[in-house]
This record gives sequence, structure tokens and C-alpha cells, in this order.
Amino acid sequence: MNPNRDQFPEGDSFRRSLSGRYRLASIWQALFFSALVIAILSLMALLYNVIDGSFGYVAYQYKNDPAQFTEKPLNDLNQQELLALLKSNLSAGAYKKLDNEKPIEKRSRADLHTLVLERLIQIDTKQTWSMTDSILHSAKIKAEVADQYPGAKLDFRSWLTFDFLVTPMSSKAEFAGVRTAILGSLWMVGIAILFALPIGTGAAIYLQEYADKNFLNRVIQTNINNLAGVPSIVYGMLGLAIFVRAFEPFTSGSIFGMTDTNGRTILSAGLTMGTLVLPLIIINAQEAIKAVPDSLRQAAFGVGATRWQTVWHHVLPNALPGILTGSILAVSRAIGETAPLIVIGASTFISIDPDGPFSKFTALPIQIYQWTTRAQSEFHAIAASAIIVLLILLLTLNATAVLLRNRVQRKY
Amino acid sequence: MKQENTIMETQHFRPLDLRRKIRPGESLIQALLFLAGFLSILITLAIVYELGKEAWLFFGSPDVTFAKFFGTTTWQPGIGHFGIWPLVTSTLITSFIAICVSLPLGLATALFLSEYASPKARSALKPILEILAGIPTVVYGYFALLFMTPLLQRIFGDGVEVYNMASAGIVMGIMILPLISSMSEDALSAVPRALREGAYAMGATKFETSLQVVLPAALSGIGAALIIGISRAVGETMIVAVAAGSGPNFTFNPFKAAETMTGHIARISGGDLSYNSIDYNSLFAIALMLFLVTLVLNLVSQSVINRFRQRYE
Amino acid sequence: MQNTQPPEYAIETKNLFIFYGSFAAVSEVNIKIERQKVTAIIGPSGCGKSTLLRAFNRMNDFVPSSYVTGEVLLHGQNLYGSNIDPVEVRRRIGMVFQKPNPFPKSIYENIAWGARINGFKGNMDELVEQSLRGAALWEEVKDKIHKSAYELSGGQQQRLCIARTIAIQPDIILMDEPASALDPISTLRIEELMQELKKNYTIIIVTHNMQQAARVSDYTAMMMLDREGSRSGTVIEFSETKRIFTNPKDKRTEDYVTGRFG
Ligand SMILES: Nc1ncnc2c1ncn2[C@@H]1O[C@H](COP(=O)(O)OP(=O)(O)OP(=O)(O)O)[C@@H](O)[C@H]1O
Ligand SMILES: [Mg+2]
Repeated sequence: MNPNRDQFPEGDSFRRSLSGRYRLASIWQALFFSALVIAILSLMALLYNVIDGSFGYVAYQYKNDPAQFTEKPLNDLNQQELLALLKSNLSAGAYKKLDNEKPIEKRSRADLHTLVLERLIQIDTKQTWSMTDSILHSAKIKAEVADQYPGAKLDFRSWLTFDFLVTPMSSKAEFAGVRTAILGSLWMVGIAILFALPIGTGAAIYLQEYADKNFLNRVIQTNINNLAGVPSIVYGMLGLAIFVRAFEPFTSGSIFGMTDTNGRTILSAGLTMGTLVLPLIIINAQEAIKAVPDSLRQAAFGVGATRWQTVWHHVLPNALPGILTGSILAVSRAIGETAPLIVIGASTFISIDPDGPFSKFTALPIQIYQWTTRAQSEFHAIAASAIIVLLILLLTLNATAVLLRNRVQRKY
Repeated sequence: MKQENTIMETQHFRPLDLRRKIRPGESLIQALLFLAGFLSILITLAIVYELGKEAWLFFGSPDVTFAKFFGTTTWQPGIGHFGIWPLVTSTLITSFIAICVSLPLGLATALFLSEYASPKARSALKPILEILAGIPTVVYGYFALLFMTPLLQRIFGDGVEVYNMASAGIVMGIMILPLISSMSEDALSAVPRALREGAYAMGATKFETSLQVVLPAALSGIGAALIIGISRAVGETMIVAVAAGSGPNFTFNPFKAAETMTGHIARISGGDLSYNSIDYNSLFAIALMLFLVTLVLNLVSQSVINRFRQRYE
Repeated sequence: MQNTQPPEYAIETKNLFIFYGSFAAVSEVNIKIERQKVTAIIGPSGCGKSTLLRAFNRMNDFVPSSYVTGEVLLHGQNLYGSNIDPVEVRRRIGMVFQKPNPFPKSIYENIAWGARINGFKGNMDELVEQSLRGAALWEEVKDKIHKSAYELSGGQQQRLCIARTIAIQPDIILMDEPASALDPISTLRIEELMQELKKNYTIIIVTHNMQQAARVSDYTAMMMLDREGSRSGTVIEFSETKRIFTNPKDKRTEDYVTGRFG
């Protein structure tokens, strides 16, 4: 028969080579799998790293002895006594400034207690340790503190507390919180979505329901896909040039009678972020509209509806959950974006709640960035805590999006 | 009976006008929708115009020449040094490291998920990658500075500076991994079943089929993923701003600190920068370069994907 | 266990059922396929022809829900026995599919690849040329064997798929409607090719084309849904092609081959 037949391994020799092939295959499969394991380990390392930083020992010292100010232990003082303490020991100017931020008489006992600690007694953090170190090397840390910082106290502290969420920014890590930053983020995202959702949905409707396949529309579509890939910092530059500078009278609110502001406002940030997520919203909305079955449109046209009636009464209501899912994803992208905010000039330090679109702003990722780049380890600890807050916020948003998406999928 | 008759009659004589009618409401809405779509073009034009205008001012300044820009290796616009190379090399080095990490890992992950994992395992494992993809980059920056750098220092010793390109690049690779893996997985699963069956019918094992038939067939899709990955790495800001260093430094040593193009923009614009200074203009020149590079990469990747789709659809 | 005597039949099935999940797509098939003959499987759409064919080289393994009961015997060994390696089964029983599916490689590599993974030790150039000649494709492609296989016409691609199958010297070649996507001239060439190939190989072909079955096959298996209302197919008649087309035993076969079926 065919002479080539002899050139193939037969019988046992074939079987041997086959088992060799299988062995090679399982080695490679293990390699592929280990790549996935590395990805999972990286995620775990990241989460561990953040949690590890948020808890742990802190060695600190009172600059001024509490006994200097009061005989009673600080914790036993009531609101009135704390108030008196502040009044008598703070300089008049400092007291006035605090009072301007928020009337001191109206502040809660806890707030005043913090103020006393911050302004009068003045905590001086010497060193912080990670959670793992604190647990594993507890004895060593205690010895070290006793040796290096005589008179310092050592506490195991959770940097992430409820207070951390509701306290405004402070220049001392021990008293800083993310309230201002969270409010700033919410304002900014709200403006971004108000701007991008209607326009994005409109653009998606245009492209899916109205646009012919002509050159201009192809350019629009390609352009949108490309905008989605433009680095976020470039959007920052755009925002700086357009919203902060060119539109300054509008974004600073000066045409509305605001004074003493510049273009680096929440409004500029929101518009910049809106521009950044616009392509994302358009693409997601297009997908949602595409998923609406054609039979529905034909049915509507069949009873004499105009195109817009068809879109408004039939296509949009059915695409809505998909569009909303897309916007939630856009929101979570906007909440995490940092670079454009840095470029358009987020404030490095504000402790007053934003009160409108023309306020100066900071945002959660901005705080994380600033605290991470500080040299002192207590700032890394609050950066880690702020990251946990941010991640929980994002997780909630994404879980909502997934739920919404599953509900939609069940429908068709 | 009588009534029916009149209906018949009126219907019969009802005037019928099928000519095209102008519906002002409909036209207005259509015009508004078109504007919404057209806004994206305006955004692109605005980017090109604004970046171009300031970059023009920068290159038009008497101190700046192309020879200096591309021919020298110090970047200090404040004192008249305009050599772009330190920013470019560090951008290339961090991006290269990122791709070295994310391409093999992402591709292997994609192969495992699309070729080996059971549907159940796949649906359990993919969300993990999605979480990885959804983490804000500033968080990766924290991770690079406070986890990866100490790790590298422990492994490679004191040669590793506190801010260094290696740590930023590796973490950037982890950040890009989910993107490369999901795009590659899409490409792999777009390879028609018939091709796999053809290979199996030749007596190929599953592994031989995956690696020698499916992978080559998906190669252009994977190439597109690689290109997008590069574009992401080049444009990524926060990781390098936090961890790679804050000062231009012309070096090829990945364990040294060196600022990238994006990191430089972030640091300089973060300070109080006066408009119309050469510093300000120079940032736009850098941003224009970034924009053009990523634009070309994205366009290439998109056309590769389109051709890939056409082939198998 | 390996028999030294050449076996009487190429493939023998005993009480074969093939399931997709709980649905028996094919039930109770008992046929014996002669060596070095062309056997055609005919029958209406959806009666399980492809399913049966794919059971002969365990291609159904890739449908997660599918499984078989009963036996498919090759050289006296049950292909579905617990110690059987499906890769080796497919190396012995090649398959040509309905739509040509060349690999995205050069013409040369399309043929060399299967030989290489199966440990071919001889002269590869020679093997490629011989296989292409065997599939009656050599003259058309000899100047461009290093070009992509996608540059070939559909008919040429299908012959390339046959060439790459014969390159690894299987015992049996399965063909699932190999000419249904081709024009009449390409179809004719493939039919001629089958006549040539059956000198060396056992061929089993699924076809919807009665004339084709009559022209190329020596034996014919007629498949049909086993009874009214059921969706499960079975072989209702199996004998020499001549007989099926001139003097079938089963009324349903007669109706079908004469085109009286709906
Ligand atoms: N992968 C599968 N999963 C579930 N059921 C299947 C699958 N493949 C085929 N079937 C079912 O098995 C039955 C037989 O299908 P098969 O493809 O074998 O028919 P066929 O005779 O080859 O038809 P045709 O002539 O149209 O190719 C059909 O009812 C079909 O729906
Ligand atoms: Mg079939």
C-alpha cells in the first residue's frame, strides 16, 4: 500500500509518543492555570495590602499634658465644659476662624472633644505599624516604643471608623476624614451624569435608530470608539483649557454673581468627567438599544407610528434598564478617575463641605492620592482607609449594575 | 344595517393624501439627536484644537527648537531645557514592563478560561478579573508604592529606589491584564468550532488544537488586544504619578526613579501653574503627543479587530 | 489487544444509542460496515445522520451533554470502552466536514501539521505532494503551496481537507455532506476522488443527494425517525446500494429514494 504508512509510529511506539504529548499538554495547562492564580493572588495581595494598612499599632504622645487644662479626665467633660476649655485656651483669631466654619456652640460633644485633642493637647504620632506587624511582633513593637519614645502611648487603632466617614479634612492624619471628599465626589458625579446621560442616550438613539450608513455617521461612530480610548489625562487637559479657562465666567459662577472664585470648581470637574464618560455611555446605550428586538419596532411602525413615537414609546422603555446599567458603570468609572481632577486643579486642602456647583472641590481619589504621596506613615494609613471606602462604594455600584443586568437578561 | 352602510360610504369617500408631510416636532427631535451624536466630533476637534494651539505656542517659542526637543536629554522647561527624551524613555520603559507582565499572563489566562475551564468555573473566575479591571488606578498606585516597591527591595536589595519604574510597570501590567485577557478570550472564542473539529479529526489533542490551530487563528484579535494594552499603558497616569518618581530622569535602569509623560503632566499641573507660561504650554505639547500616539494605536487596533471579525463572520 | 488477522468489518455497531442529554437522537443502530467500500448514509434532515457519523470517531465528545450506550467496534475494540484514547481513535478515523475548514496556515502546513503531530518521520515534502496528488489537487496548487489555504476556492479547500486527512493515513474516512457546499463540477471531482480513495480506505459518507449516493456508494444505510411522532432516528434499512435504490424492503425507503416523501 502507501509507502508513507511505515513512516508513522504504530502501536506501542505511537502510544508512547501520545503519552508524551499528553504530558506536555498538562505542563502547559498548569502554566496557563498559574497565570490565573497569579491574577487572583495579585488581587488578594492588593486587598490585603489595603486592609493591612488600615489597622494597627500607633505610637503617639500628647504634646501638652491634659492635666494642664483640666483636673477631670478629658473623657468625662460634657459639651459645655469642653466649650469653655476651647474658649479660654485658643487664641481669639483661631476661635473666630473655627466659629466661622461652623458655629462652635452648635457643635456636638464628640466634635468638641476632637477639637480639644487636635488644637489644645495636640497629639504627636511617632510611628504606625501595619496590622500584620502589630499582631505578629506585638512584643517587639512594645519594647521598641518603650525604648525609642519614652512616655509615648501605644494603641491598637482602626483608622477606618465611622468618624472617618463624617469628619472633614484635617491637616493631622489622626483627625482627618473623608466627608468633604465623598461629598465632592457625589456632586461631581451627579453633574457628570446629568450632562452625559441625556446627550449620550440621544447620540445612541441617533446612531442606532436614525443614522444612515453614510460617511459622516461612520466617522461619528469610529470617533466615539476612539474617544473611549483616549487617556483620561488628556480629558483633564481639555477640561483645563475649555471648562476651567475658556468658560471661566460660567464655571466659576461669576456671571451668576459669584465672587471670589475661579474656574476650578465642582462644575468644571463634573463637566470634564461627563465628557470623559460620554463615549462609554453612548457605547453602552447603543448595545442596549441594539438588544431591543426589531419586531417591536415593526409592530409600532405597522400601526402608523412615526419614528420618534416608536423610539419613545417602545424602544426606549425596553432599552432603559440596559442604559441605566451602562450609566452605573460610567458612574463607577467617574468616581475612581483621578488624573483629570488633578489636572483641572482639585484643591489640595479644603475642610468645608461643598455647597453648590461653584464650590472648590476635592474628591475621594484625590485624597487617596495626596495621602499616599505623603511621607508619614499615618497618612498611608488613612489613605488605605479611604481606599476601603472607595472600593466599597464601587462594589455597591457594580453589584447594582450586575443585578440590573441579570434582570434584563431574564426578560428576553 | 343602515349605519354600516354609511360607514362604508364615508370610508370609501374619505380623502386620502399620501404626500410627505412635514412634522416639525419630529424634525426638531431628529436634529437634536444628531447634535448629540455630532458633539463627539466636536469633542475630538476641541481636543485637537486646544492641545494643538498650546503646543503651537510651545514650539513657536524662540527657546524651543526641534533639535533641542528631540536632540537633548534634559527636561526642565523652567530653565530652558527642552529635551523630551527622559519623559519618553521612562514612558516606554514602564509600558514595556507592563506589557511584559500583562501579555503572557493575560494570554495564558484567556487560554485557560476559553479552552480549559468548565462553563461553571469560567463564570466563577471571570468576575475576579472584572473586579481587577474595575479598581481605580490610584489604588493601584498605592499598591505599587506600598507593596510592590518593598517587595522588589526585599528581592533585589538596596539598588531599588523608593520610587522606581519597575514597580510602577509591574503593577500597571496587573492593571492591564484583565483587558488583555478578556479581549484575547473574545478572539479565541470567535474562532469557529469547525476549525477545532478539523484539528481534532486529525488526531490532535486538545492542547495541540488550542495552541497550534486556535491560537494562530485568533492571532490578529490578540494583536489588537496587545495594541490596546500598549495604548492604555502609555496613557496611564496615576500608577506612575504615585510610584515611578517625580522628576524627569534620563535612565534605562528600571529600579531608578523617572517621571513619565503622564506623571509629569499630573505633577506640574497639580501645582499652581500660571497660564501662558512655557511650562503650561509644554504640558499641552506632551499631551498632544500622548493623544496622537494613543489615537493611532486605537485606530490600528480597531481596524485589526474589524478585519478579524469579517474573516470569521 | 490487537488482532493480527485483518478484521472482517471496518466498523460494527451493536445496539448503539446516542443521546443529547436525555434525548436519544439516534437509537438502536446495528450495522456492519465493509472494509474498503463506500457506505452512504441517507435520510431526511434531523434524523441523526451526522450524529451517527460523528459517533464513529468520537467527535460527539465535544458536545458536553452527549453520551452513547451500546458499542461501536473497530478491530473488535469498543471505541467507547473505558481504556480507549479518543485522540488515537481520531487518528485512525479521519473526518471531512460539510463546510471546508482548512486551518489558517499555508497549504503546505495544512497537510504537514497533522503528520507532524502524529510523529511522521519521513520526507515531509514528499508526503505533502503525494497527499495533494491523492486528493487531485496537486496540479492546481503546486506553484503556491506556501500561500494561505484561504486563497483557494471552496472546492479546492474541500479537496485540501481531504488531502490533509489522507496525509495521516487513517483507516477510515468519514465525510459529512462533503460536496453540499460545492458547485457541480467540484462535486464531480470529489466523487471521482472517492472512487479512487476507496482502493485504500473505507469511506462513510452522509449525503442528501440521492444520485450521489447511487453513484458513489457500494452500501447504503437508510435512516429515518423510528416512528411517527418520535424525534429519534434509526437505521431502518441497510444493504447494497443497488438494492436500496431498485428493490428496497421498506416502504419508507422506497418513498424516500424515489422522492415521494414530503
Ligand atoms: N449538539 C446538539 N445538542 C442537542 N441536540 C442536537 C445536537 N446536535 C444535533 N442535535 C439533535 O439531534 C438530532 C439529529 O441531528 P443531526 O445533526 O444528527 O441530524 P442530521 O440527520 O445530520 O440532519 P441534517 O441532514 O440536517 O444534517 C436533531 O433532532 C438535532 O436537533
Ligand atoms: Mg447533518
